Amino acid sequence: MSLEHFKNRNIGTQHYTTIDVGHTPVGAMQTFTQVAKRTVKGELFVGLWVTLREMINALFKGDMATVKYPFEKLPISPRYRAIHDMLRLLESGSYRCIGCGLCEKICISNCISMDTRYDENQRKEVSEYTINFGRCIFCGYCAEVCPELAIVHGPRYENASEQRAGFSLFEDMLTPIDKLNLQQEYDGFGAISPNADDNIKKTPLAY
Amino acid sequence: MSEVQTVENMVTISIDGAQYQAKEGEYILNAARANDVFIPAICYLTRCSPTLACRICLVEADGKQVYSCNAKVKEGMEVTTSTPTILEERRAIMEVYDVNHPLQCGVCDKSGECELQNYTLEIGVDSQSYMIPDTKRETTNWSSVLHYDPGLCIVCERCTTVCKDMIGDAAITTAKRGGADLDKGYKESMPKDAYAMWNKLQKSVIAPSNGTEFTNCSDCGECLAVCPVGALVSRDFVYKSNAWELKRIPAVAAHSSDGAQIYYEVKHGSIEDRTEKIYRVTNEWNFVSLDGSARFAYDFENRGADNTGVKKDSTAFAAALEAFKKAETIRFNAMITNEEALMLQTLKEKMGLKLYNPEVRAFQKFLGYYIAASGSSLYSTDTDAIMKKSDFVIAVGTALRHDSPALKYAFNNVQKLNKGAGLYFHPIADTLIAGFGKSVETFTHKAGLEEAVLYLILDLFADKEKLPTEVKAYIDSFKTTETQTITEKVEKTIKEMVLNEETGEEEEVSKKVKEDVQKEIIVTTNGLVDLLGGDSSKFDDVFAKMMSKKEAFSLMVGEDFYFHPKAENLAKLVALIEATCNMDVVMTPPKSNALGVALICDLDDTATGYTVGYNENGDFRLSALGDGDLDMPAMNQQEGTLTSMSKRVLPTNAALEYEGYELNDIVKALVGAPEHTIDWTQMLPVSKGFKALAFDTLPNAFTNDGRDNRGYVLDVTRQEVQLPAVEPFDQSVVLEGEIAYRCNPARQFNDFTDKSHEIFETFSLYASPAKAESLGEKVEVVFENGSIVLDVVSDAKMEGDIVKVPDFKAAKDVYGLFGASRYQTVTIRKV
Repeated sequence: MSLEHFKNRNIGTQHYTTIDVGHTPVGAMQTFTQVAKRTVKGELFVGLWVTLREMINALFKGDMATVKYPFEKLPISPRYRAIHDMLRLLESGSYRCIGCGLCEKICISNCISMDTRYDENQRKEVSEYTINFGRCIFCGYCAEVCPELAIVHGPRYENASEQRAGFSLFEDMLTPIDKLNLQQEYDGFGAISPNADDNIKKTPLAY
Repeated sequence: MSEVQTVENMVTISIDGAQYQAKEGEYILNAARANDVFIPAICYLTRCSPTLACRICLVEADGKQVYSCNAKVKEGMEVTTSTPTILEERRAIMEVYDVNHPLQCGVCDKSGECELQNYTLEIGVDSQSYMIPDTKRETTNWSSVLHYDPGLCIVCERCTTVCKDMIGDAAITTAKRGGADLDKGYKESMPKDAYAMWNKLQKSVIAPSNGTEFTNCSDCGECLAVCPVGALVSRDFVYKSNAWELKRIPAVAAHSSDGAQIYYEVKHGSIEDRTEKIYRVTNEWNFVSLDGSARFAYDFENRGADNTGVKKDSTAFAAALEAFKKAETIRFNAMITNEEALMLQTLKEKMGLKLYNPEVRAFQKFLGYYIAASGSSLYSTDTDAIMKKSDFVIAVGTALRHDSPALKYAFNNVQKLNKGAGLYFHPIADTLIAGFGKSVETFTHKAGLEEAVLYLILDLFADKEKLPTEVKAYIDSFKTTETQTITEKVEKTIKEMVLNEETGEEEEVSKKVKEDVQKEIIVTTNGLVDLLGGDSSKFDDVFAKMMSKKEAFSLMVGEDFYFHPKAENLAKLVALIEATCNMDVVMTPPKSNALGVALICDLDDTATGYTVGYNENGDFRLSALGDGDLDMPAMNQQEGTLTSMSKRVLPTNAALEYEGYELNDIVKALVGAPEHTIDWTQMLPVSKGFKALAFDTLPNAFTNDGRDNRGYVLDVTRQEVQLPAVEPFDQSVVLEGEIAYRCNPARQFNDFTDKSHEIFETFSLYASPAKAESLGEKVEVVFENGSIVLDVVSDAKMEGDIVKVPDFKAAKDVYGLFGASRYQTVTIRKV
């Protein structure tokens, strides 16, 4: 085990490097040249033409390029990665999550956290689970790594909030028990492939 | 000096074509590991005897298949670690281990650091060819800390092996599983070793060896540490955290003076509480074994009186500075780093304060007597050397099971692995130690006769040529020779003439007749043996057997000596033993960093005037327990070095955050000090054997061949001195009547162990079962200068009438009650 990180006692004085953002004009002459170049170029009219064309199409030909969100919503691909859902077992209604911690481990923005405990039935129980959506980058690794198909990406992409960080707890993401019959099986990231059965080799069992 | 100089002979072996050096007589597996060559092995533990349970360490040596954990290297040996047959065996063995092993790795505590996972992947098991009906095996709790899930157990027997060979408790053993028999067809179709291993595995599980459901052991938790799978886990840790989430902080066990290597494993408390907490303690179990206090007493950090963490409290700090200016004495204990000890010594030098530490003072005095008598600046051996070399160990003046777990392990390990013998002298008989081996003799002598014990050791082991004549004469004066007449039965053949009735002739017939013959023999009675509670008529034969083929002798000296009225004479006798017997000596510093404090601080005998207590009673209290006038960081919240019994200066790191004031801040404000506590490390006194090394340069790891490479070893200087003039032993210090012995239960050492939530031993009077019954439930123990009321707890491993009174709560001031001795005559009254 390396002892290096125990030796740095100057927390917060790490070195940062800035990235190259290009050339900034120096002096009045260079600034003027830049403005003149940008003004005289014909790119402006290209843009104006595109706008005009689309306006004519929408107004007179009924060819509307946008939907009237939020009154209208486009269908979403099952592979779309929005706010997570925690699924239940269809038969018993128990959580699918077994608290193995793989999602927490694989999460590259480190936004998943869970508490587990030894419950009365000698099983591992997830006592709390949270995702920090202020940090989540919706990469889908958690859903992909989940061995129980317990955490999946749902279709709920409207997650604007008044605060920078929004947290979801286990209860928020879990399928409500009275809506268990409406729970959709997930086809997206991490779902088993259609030919999964062909790839399985049986373990010999004596019974 | 009688240091055993074993020059280890090296031999050259070749493993897979490459040449390596190995110690002669070493197992192939260890030789390979020392040279960074990987041979798979599951059941083998470095410092224990090979179990041959897993058989996966199979290699080919000089064309023959052998188990590398159990075959020794020879000069020129050619080892091949994998051949097609061996790979086939290994693959079959791993498949067998995976038969019926639950596949729910996701919920297993071991997942991520599981040897079954690792080897299954390493060997590449991707299909299963064997099967057998599973047996229902119920999860049980063996004790307040041990949790066993037999469903996950692969019966590698590492737990039972470490418990027997290292810990000495032998509290667990293999038991019948009641599983189905293997299909006969497998015998032909399977590789041979895999079949044999499966046959054994299928028949056994692990269970407490006392036949009950619960273990009666010291709860050290070493079985949990060595378990390769998730079968054995601490009850507290079950399903709490995955292994990979925990951050490992290399540290030193803080409570006993063993200086055991540990890792504090930390993680945030929960989703709501993001402050880091210690979840468990792990160790390099191949090279170090922990006791219960090291493994389970970890959550003693100072989180302030309201348990929310310590912040800088400037009013308390100002009050502390005032207190120091007003103070005459600083009272502290051994739970302190070398750096802090040096700070206190600096305060003494610059401000004229007295340093009062009764716990260490006695040890320091004893060391002083020993240094004067022997010319050596420290004792000669340590636990590691004892385990590696010794084959005869003697423990005197130490309650081995409680004072120093590492010495108990060494004592036991020598019996089990080095075919050793042992002598245990103590006023309280301990049934556990008597059972460590066939060649262990225990003497239960009267309290106060420790000098006589050392004289007996001189008699038994000293080179009589070297011994001063008066000492020799003194020892001989205890021996009486008498001529005894004994009756022996001797068989004699007598010839008789008998008349044969048929022929009428007389015939000669021989007949065997037993006859009693009187014989005179000379019997030497060793009065010392009888005085110490032994039986001299039998001891000679027993001792002769113990001594056969023994070469390296070690003496363990304990706390009873330091608190003995004749401590100086004892120290001289110890020095004389070292000089005249072929024997190494180790002393147990009482608790934690006692050796460091004894070397660094100039301690005073008494406390006077206004006293500042550091984790101790005082008029102003600095405390890491959260209850003082100014908070201090606990041992798991600070960096620094500790000096262990093995004479090593060991670096320990801060596992948990601490934002309050440290002792360094006080010293800085009072007399000036460097910026960090660890800047004191290089200023530790070189004259006492310390080295001028900076904290950050100290290594902190074991090497692959098991060499302890943590910190550095104190320099020991030697001077030629005359043999010490020893006095005859003084029988007037022998105690009679009701006696109390100051001794903590195993796992308890101080207020910090008591604070930890996985330590359950109570502050009670410990007595043998018979004595406990006669005492009842609660008693008042009356000393000359006070009394204490305690519950009575029966300790099944104790014998005799002496009772143990613990001292781990500083507030109870048990040191004050006992005064300068560890044994006191008391009156015990039922309450």
